[in-house]
Amino acid sequence: MLLLILKRIGLGLITLFIVSLITFVGVEVLPGDACTTYLEREAYGAALDACIKRLGLDIPAYERYLDWASNVVRGDFGYSLSGEMPINEVLGPRVKNSLVLASVSILIGIPLAIVLGIITALWRDKLPDIMISTITIFSMTIPEFISATLLILIVAIWLGWLPGIVIIPSDATFYELLSNIILPVVAISMIMTAHMARMVRSSVIQVMASDYVQMAILKGVPYWKMVFRHVLPNALLPAINVVALTIAWLLGGVVVTEVVFNYPGLGRLVIESISNRDLPVVQALAIILASIYVGINLIADLMTLMLNPRLKSLQIRK
Amino acid sequence: MSEIIESVKNLSIGFNSQKGKQISILRNVSTNIKKGETVGIVGESGSGKSTLALAMMGYIKQGLFPLKGQCLFKSEDLLKMSSRQLEKIRGRKIAMIPQNAGQALTPNLKIGYQIDEALRLHTDLNKTERDKKISELLNKVRLPSPETMAFRYPHELSGGQQQRVAVAMALAGKPDLLLLDEPTTGLDVTTQAHVLELLRFIAKDTGTSMIYVSHDLGAIAQVSDRIVVMYAGEIVLEGPARKILKEPIHPYTYGLLKSIPKLSLAGLPASMPGSQPQPGSINEGCSFYDRCNLATDHCKKNSPDLEHIKELDTNVRCFNHKELINQNNNLQTSITKKSNNSEAIEVLKLKDVSISYAKQKFFDQLFNKISDQNPTVKDINIDIKKGETIALVGESGSGKSTILKSIAGLLKTKDGQIKFENDRILSSDLKMRNPNDLRAIQLIFQNPDESLNPNHTVEQILSQPLKLYFNLSGEELKKNIIDLLKKVRLGEFYMSRYPRQLSGGEKQRVAVARAFAAKPDIILCDEVTSALDVSVQAAVLNLLQQLKEDLGTTYVFVSHDLAVVRAISDRVAVLYQGRLCEIGPSQNVYKFPSHPYTEVLLGAVLEPDPDIKPKLVAEDIVEEKPPEKGCSFQGRCPRKIGDICNLEVPPWQIGENGNAIRCHINIDELASLQQ
Ligand SMILES: Nc1ncnc2c1ncn2[C@@H]1O[C@H](COP(=O)(O)OP(=O)(O)OP(=O)(O)O)[C@@H](O)[C@H]1O
Ligand code: SF4
Ligand code: SF4
Ligand SMILES: [Mg+2]
Repeated sequence: MLLLILKRIGLGLITLFIVSLITFVGVEVLPGDACTTYLEREAYGAALDACIKRLGLDIPAYERYLDWASNVVRGDFGYSLSGEMPINEVLGPRVKNSLVLASVSILIGIPLAIVLGIITALWRDKLPDIMISTITIFSMTIPEFISATLLILIVAIWLGWLPGIVIIPSDATFYELLSNIILPVVAISMIMTAHMARMVRSSVIQVMASDYVQMAILKGVPYWKMVFRHVLPNALLPAINVVALTIAWLLGGVVVTEVVFNYPGLGRLVIESISNRDLPVVQALAIILASIYVGINLIADLMTLMLNPRLKSLQIRK
Repeated sequence: MSEIIESVKNLSIGFNSQKGKQISILRNVSTNIKKGETVGIVGESGSGKSTLALAMMGYIKQGLFPLKGQCLFKSEDLLKMSSRQLEKIRGRKIAMIPQNAGQALTPNLKIGYQIDEALRLHTDLNKTERDKKISELLNKVRLPSPETMAFRYPHELSGGQQQRVAVAMALAGKPDLLLLDEPTTGLDVTTQAHVLELLRFIAKDTGTSMIYVSHDLGAIAQVSDRIVVMYAGEIVLEGPARKILKEPIHPYTYGLLKSIPKLSLAGLPASMPGSQPQPGSINEGCSFYDRCNLATDHCKKNSPDLEHIKELDTNVRCFNHKELINQNNNLQTSITKKSNNSEAIEVLKLKDVSISYAKQKFFDQLFNKISDQNPTVKDINIDIKKGETIALVGESGSGKSTILKSIAGLLKTKDGQIKFENDRILSSDLKMRNPNDLRAIQLIFQNPDESLNPNHTVEQILSQPLKLYFNLSGEELKKNIIDLLKKVRLGEFYMSRYPRQLSGGEKQRVAVARAFAAKPDIILCDEVTSALDVSVQAAVLNLLQQLKEDLGTTYVFVSHDLAVVRAISDRVAVLYQGRLCEIGPSQNVYKFPSHPYTEVLLGAVLEPDPDIKPKLVAEDIVEEKPPEKGCSFQGRCPRKIGDICNLEVPPWQIGENGNAIRCHINIDELASLQQ
């Protein structure tokens, strides 16, 4: 078991290492370097020299990679060219903002998805299922930029209940954020909840048709007891991985939604730094997003391992 | 007359077809279950036996609904009860033991919890009393160390143990009636015999009535007082077990009994033509009309009623049943095989073959070898003669399929050689074999559903090998396909069918035809009949034999069913844990002296005859790995003589009738022990 966990962690680290190499090499093989890319036509004289000095472009590439990598490991991502400040200071508030957006969406979306999934499965093909399923399938099929725009149009412009775009600075306080994120949260949870609810639905339906559920019924187990003891634990287990992917996707910044609502999160930072040609920030973001994916998937795998008695005893025996 | 517990009255159950027609799958079924009685319900798959059994618990599967009739449990109609009322009866008055306990136990709950659940629901015991009861129940179903057993998850038990847990769970509520739906199907022969023995004991010990549903007349014969035979949703024959098995007076039951291969008979069982009609396809007349050899024109237009025959205490649904009375000596006959006086040319030789599933370590991979001291299959030496049928038998995990896969080149051998024609060594790697060798050795699988591509028509399925090996096309290809279909007794119109439009037996015929398309020298058959109903099994066995007699093919036939092996094979090799125990001509392997493992296997065979009881000589424990040293059977051998069995690999000894046995006990001594 322990060995398996270590193995997974090791694999994750290797993945991250490869990602860092690719981003670094990618930047190296681009024509020009970070400074000429950033400064463009002003890339000459003192400005260029200062930039080169700042980024240490005068030392050989492999040394620079080692330097950069060891700094990243210590949590220092270097210097943002466009912000003219350490990248950590640029990232900090963005990470916080994305976390807030993601966690609120998750706190609302996941329980809602599970409840909806279970309701639709238990009342399969009856009125509740038909209604909820129609809505979920509908919200799964419209692309987010349309649903987000529609939300702004209806709620903010026609009804005028909420601000249409988020007009807060990226270092706003938590409370300021909360009142501003209602619409983005709705836009994000709609699509996420719909996907997860469908997953939970099919998983519950599958388990309900299993021999052991039939057996529980024939044993005389009351309906709700059967649902909670025999059905749900087995049906929700496979959902863990989907939830993990969703979380990673959210934290990585729901780029489109953030841009539509002008929300200062990680997703928008990606777009901004690319259009500013701020390569050091792009590199830093690549590493951070990759770490989030790897980390969350690792946690999901371990959770599945812990909760599934079949896998658990298999591993112990080995 | 003893009290009636449950009574089914004129029950019909059906579903709505896509065209909105009502189709019944149970028609007008009536029967009574008395207190303390065990009733066997037997029929081929699709005959409606499970639907009937479930309805007797007031449970109707999704999509089905009762059309008419009642299921009266102590004079209350279960089909009219609310789910509240049913919860009170299920598990407490009527309990169920499912077909596949492995899938019927909830995977995330410990077995102790699952038994406890039944106790909590159906008794007033407190926690300590319940814990005691759990141990008691686990003990009663003879599970080892009940205390630790309760803390295991279902997947941590073997198939036989899971089935025992299901029995314990069913007994928890002290039910008046136990329903068993194929409780031993899918278990190994020895395990099956043990579980049946346990059920018999429990019936006697607790006085519970039982309904035992199975397609296997052998198992039914062992437990039932009374037998109900179902065909196409109707009861066609019902009466005391002995009468039904020994003097069946319905043509279907008669044919069914004849199509079961029996240990006591050499030669092939007679097959019944055709297959059971689909629900909804019978509009008038007797449902068995198409397959019946006593049918008259009267049967075509009129459907017979269930008629009570007083002298025999039986109910029968046939106009012409009188013709069968006193015909029953014929039950003990079979079709003799033409012995293929094998030309004594050896086509395939396995020499010291060992096969390992162990993962190659890094260094072994570099040097392309496998180092495993204790491989799954070890030291197999078999010479197969041209035109013979050699059978490999053994329980699950004995390595039968593994050996077949190696011959087919799907699995690398660790040591030893496989030699084909004139001692030429066949590469153990499929990619290294030449096209002609690939053509010459064909494989037929257990489950035609998995081996036939569902998106191809029969024509496409059969044209693949013909194109691949013989480059046929156009008219010639078509002619060959029709020829092949004719060989396996399927009409030309089957060409455009998809596998899902075929019955189980027809699918297996297509699989046989595909194998023969390559004009192979050797056909490897892996449990080819075990997914089929007995009447269809008999037909496939006869077909294989006929093809062999016509074409001179050699078969390597793998099966766990000793009676089937007896019927089809010329020579038998018995395997335990991947090691050979005994090999010899089949008529001799089935006689004594035998290897102690063969003796155990033979003892566990269930014959469709209430007077032949299985002999249980060894425990049905499961061994996960072959022992490192000594005799492979040491862990379960009832005749084990001591340390020598644990330490030394036993030598081969050859009996006077030609069967070779690998055991430390002297062969003459074995003969006298087994008298
Ligand atoms: N892919 C595999 N990896 C590891 N072990 C395997 C694999 N396939 C089979 N085995 C093991 O090899 C042994 C022989 O298996 P095999 O399938 O040949 O048995 P069998 O006699 O055909 O049984 P059955 O009647 O269940 O088909 C078993 O102990 C099985 O667990
Ligand atoms: S009624 Fe006629 S067709 Fe039906 S089983 Fe009897 S003889 Fe055969
Ligand atoms: S060698 Fe020993 S253990 Fe093996 S079969 Fe003979 S008596 Fe039994
Ligand atoms: Mg097998």
